[in-house]
Amino acid sequence: MPAVEVVRTGALSTVQDSGRRGHAALGVGGSGAADRTSYALANRLLANPEGAAALEATMGGLVLRARGAVTAAVTGAPCPVEVDGRGAAADTVLHLPDGAELHLGAPPSGLRSYVAVRGGFDVAPVLGSRSTDTLAGLGPPPPQEGTVLPVGPPPRDLPAVDWVPARPFPERELSLRVVPGPRDDWFDDGALGVLLSSAYEVTSRSDRVGARLSGPALSRRGGGELPSEGMVPGSLQVPPEGRPVLFLADHPVTGGYPVIAVVVAADVSRAAQARPGTALRFHR
Amino acid sequence: MRVLRCADSGVLVEVADLDEALALQAALVEDPPRGVTDIVPAARTVLLRMHPDGGDADAVAEAVGRLRPRRGERARAGELEVPVQYDGEDLADIAALTGLSERDVVAVHTGAEWTVAFCGFAPGFGYLVCDDTRLHVPRRGEARARVPPGAVALAGEFTGIYPRASPGGWRLLGRTDVVTWDLERDPPALLRPGVRVRFTEEPPPARRRGAGSAAAPCRTAAQNGEQGAQQVNGRRSGRSEGGGRADAGS
Repeated sequence: MPAVEVVRTGALSTVQDSGRRGHAALGVGGSGAADRTSYALANRLLANPEGAAALEATMGGLVLRARGAVTAAVTGAPCPVEVDGRGAAADTVLHLPDGAELHLGAPPSGLRSYVAVRGGFDVAPVLGSRSTDTLAGLGPPPPQEGTVLPVGPPPRDLPAVDWVPARPFPERELSLRVVPGPRDDWFDDGALGVLLSSAYEVTSRSDRVGARLSGPALSRRGGGELPSEGMVPGSLQVPPEGRPVLFLADHPVTGGYPVIAVVVAADVSRAAQARPGTALRFHR
Repeated sequence: MRVLRCADSGVLVEVADLDEALALQAALVEDPPRGVTDIVPAARTVLLRMHPDGGDADAVAEAVGRLRPRRGERARAGELEVPVQYDGEDLADIAALTGLSERDVVAVHTGAEWTVAFCGFAPGFGYLVCDDTRLHVPRRGEARARVPPGAVALAGEFTGIYPRASPGGWRLLGRTDVVTWDLERDPPALLRPGVRVRFTEEPPPARRRGAGSAAAPCRTAAQNGEQGAQQVNGRRSGRSEGGGRADAGS
């Protein structure tokens, strides 16, 4: 079986798939690719079945070496791609001969790139998923230099296209659709208006758990504590100091602070590409 | 009962108290609405999570509205006996806070039938409740930096068992050798919503025969599948749609 050796990991690279479902009642979160759209695109390019495991690289810097011939695709944050030192294109099907090195540079915009291989990375699943949950410490450990990731058997279908148009990546500002609630009634009358009319900047204290935002504080209506309750990805949870946290793939299953609004599912992937410094604007 | 939306990713149902949350969870496990991947019960709410690519929250909310939870109903997901050495660091404080003697604290804890209401905090950490209110104690003013795995503790209306070493603010009652979270096991969590737990008192290690048998001597109907989780899963007769992955806590 072919395999892929990790030569350099970059800032953070993890194996991710479409996530872990059916275990939230045990306190186990969904995890999975933070940008589900780009992840799914990589698998589609290679005619992989939905849910095949890929690598998620944060801010590029990932270097892989093929052991045996490997077919790969790079999607997501548009990092410069090289195969054995020669420029190659993202969002295409790449044929890596045995020993070839795939190099991801730093993306000029966006945050997370995906490297899928035909057949998927065949690491051991944990609770039905090959995703690394960075909050719970569940799933395959993040690969280190020298880690060898086995590649699964190729799917029966052959790639139907060898190129797809990349979607534009946000530079400085990103507009996300939200639905107010479930706990908007825990906030002052004006709070929702403030959320919907202000720019919130993604801070450097952001990770796969959530994007911590800075901007005008959202003040609560009164005292009282919310008994912990279940959370979904895209939740804008507001801690006592008033700056929301936008929950991403590895968010905690339950939380004790009220959620003023939730980013719609289709926009959570885009939010996961907002690097620190990006301004987020929320609209209905 | 208030049905709230989490955009197109979930429906949060708020109820008056834990009893109602447990009854609603039981009804949902019986009859999970289509498109729901996870049911997350908590102290005053039950969250129905949909696929992360989004789902039809209106349809799920409507299905929830049609449910008729019966108060007092609790999902049954098996039974478990947990032997405990009642030598926790906070036992004297718990006695003082409850006005009971230390022996009475142990008697109440072992005498009650506990039910896992929900999980959270960490994978495999169950919040257990019982009908006896005498052991309700506040959390410690300051959390401990490290609570050892297997610590049996009390806080608020709940008792719980720490699945692994972690910080914690609950009051320590004792400890058990029962491993509550083990990824090599299917399912990995012993304490799943609806599991009934009886605590039994175990003498301190010095007086135990064969204390080396770390393989916890717990009898778990849930694991043997005699009447436990299997029953909940096996009960869905002839209903296949939508429910496949929503068997919360199994």
